[in-house]
Amino acid sequence: MTNQTMTGWRRENGRVGVRNHVIILPLDDLSNAACEAVAHNVKGTMALPHAYGRLQFGADLDLHFRTLIGTGSNPNVAAVIVIGIEPQWTGRVVDGIAKTGKPVEGFWIEQHGDINTIASASRKAMELVQWASELPREPIDISDLWVSTKCGESDTTTGLASCPTVGNMYDKWIPKGIYGVFGETSEITGGEHLCKARAATPEIAEKWYAMWKAYQEDVIEAHKTDDLSDSQPTKGNIEGGLTTIEEKALGNLEKMGHNSKFLDALEPAEAPSKGPGLYYMDTSSAAAECITLMAAGGYVIHTFPTGQGNIIGNPIVPVVKITGNPRTVRTMSEHVDVDVSGILRREMTIDQAGDALINMITRTANGRLTASEALGHREFVMTKLYRSA
Amino acid sequence: MSIPHLLVHDPKDNVGVVVVENLKAGTEMFGVITANNTTFSLVAGADVPIGHKVALCDLHTGDTAIKYGEDVGKIVADVKKGGHVHTQNMKTKRW
Repeated sequence: MTNQTMTGWRRENGRVGVRNHVIILPLDDLSNAACEAVAHNVKGTMALPHAYGRLQFGADLDLHFRTLIGTGSNPNVAAVIVIGIEPQWTGRVVDGIAKTGKPVEGFWIEQHGDINTIASASRKAMELVQWASELPREPIDISDLWVSTKCGESDTTTGLASCPTVGNMYDKWIPKGIYGVFGETSEITGGEHLCKARAATPEIAEKWYAMWKAYQEDVIEAHKTDDLSDSQPTKGNIEGGLTTIEEKALGNLEKMGHNSKFLDALEPAEAPSKGPGLYYMDTSSAAAECITLMAAGGYVIHTFPTGQGNIIGNPIVPVVKITGNPRTVRTMSEHVDVDVSGILRREMTIDQAGDALINMITRTANGRLTASEALGHREFVMTKLYRSA
Repeated sequence: MSIPHLLVHDPKDNVGVVVVENLKAGTEMFGVITANNTTFSLVAGADVPIGHKVALCDLHTGDTAIKYGEDVGKIVADVKKGGHVHTQNMKTKRW
């Protein structure tokens, strides 16, 4: 099962994608309408509207550019049209993506208006999508894959079944040379001693701990009005039986597996640079924000354990849903790619569940649409660090 | 092995997770500790929804709830062995 051949697209920079998207990427909120018009005109392209990109500054602006450039650079993307309100910041995104060697072209609206911009960008988008449609799949190796993880609408079954399933996949595939990543900084709270102990070196452990502590102090403690029991755990978590953040964190950390140490603690949307292996990324625990950041870091398939049934997807990265909750399988099966509820009945081992996930990742790489892709879930959400100027 | 009603992560835990739907009070639950596959039985003290926790022993206000062999919060109201453990009698120690 694990020896099944995989295919994908090897991009100009050597990275491998498992999808072949042509995206129409807005620099800013003002350019969403033009991007959506181009994607409507030219079938097979996809607009990625979002809410930000004006008057941001400092680390928040850096993150905005890193996320947009990372999204365009992701190997699941064959080519990119960038549209912004003005040429300078638009050009910064175009230049960043162009470093991958893939086709990218920018358009701006000032002194043209929406209609002329849409016409010019549509002609270029049509040329790019017809070019991309003839790019062949070719055989790829397991070690070409970058596989991210983040869970959502967790419950007590995620800690028993679906998160250990992801951990088992990492224990089997990290030694074969894949890149992995986990994050969700606030949701390590209660298990920070366990996470810190899994850093590859004492220096990375301290870097990670400073990241976790900063989230506690600068985000949670600075803004909280109560013990967060209305937010974290979520109402869905509580319905599913999770009572505290500590309990949620310990289930969450099962996704690391048992054997890998993480090689670095990455900034949000930062691409890993220390070779194959497991990484940590500093992210929010909100699903769309987290997956958007991991996709911008270069990851091409996402594994998503859920208990109560988080239905999240991503526009450029296939999101593979895994659940161990039999009620979720029964009531919303169209959102489930891998059913591991047999673990709770003691009919399936974690090892077998890990193999089932590996099989589904392989099929997904080869082109099977995930539940979230088939249902049109394309949640693309930029992380914003603070108010704009 | 028959299908368990209750799964416990670690031998040190004092709470376990109901893993079947429609569990009724008075049910003699078949429990398994997943870390070492040991089995036990426990009578459910309440109707407990799937995914929710029960006390494996009498728990008292001020006790620490243990799951995964780790501290997962504090008990804030007494609960009898077999009783439902959730937001009504357990809270975070953080935030």
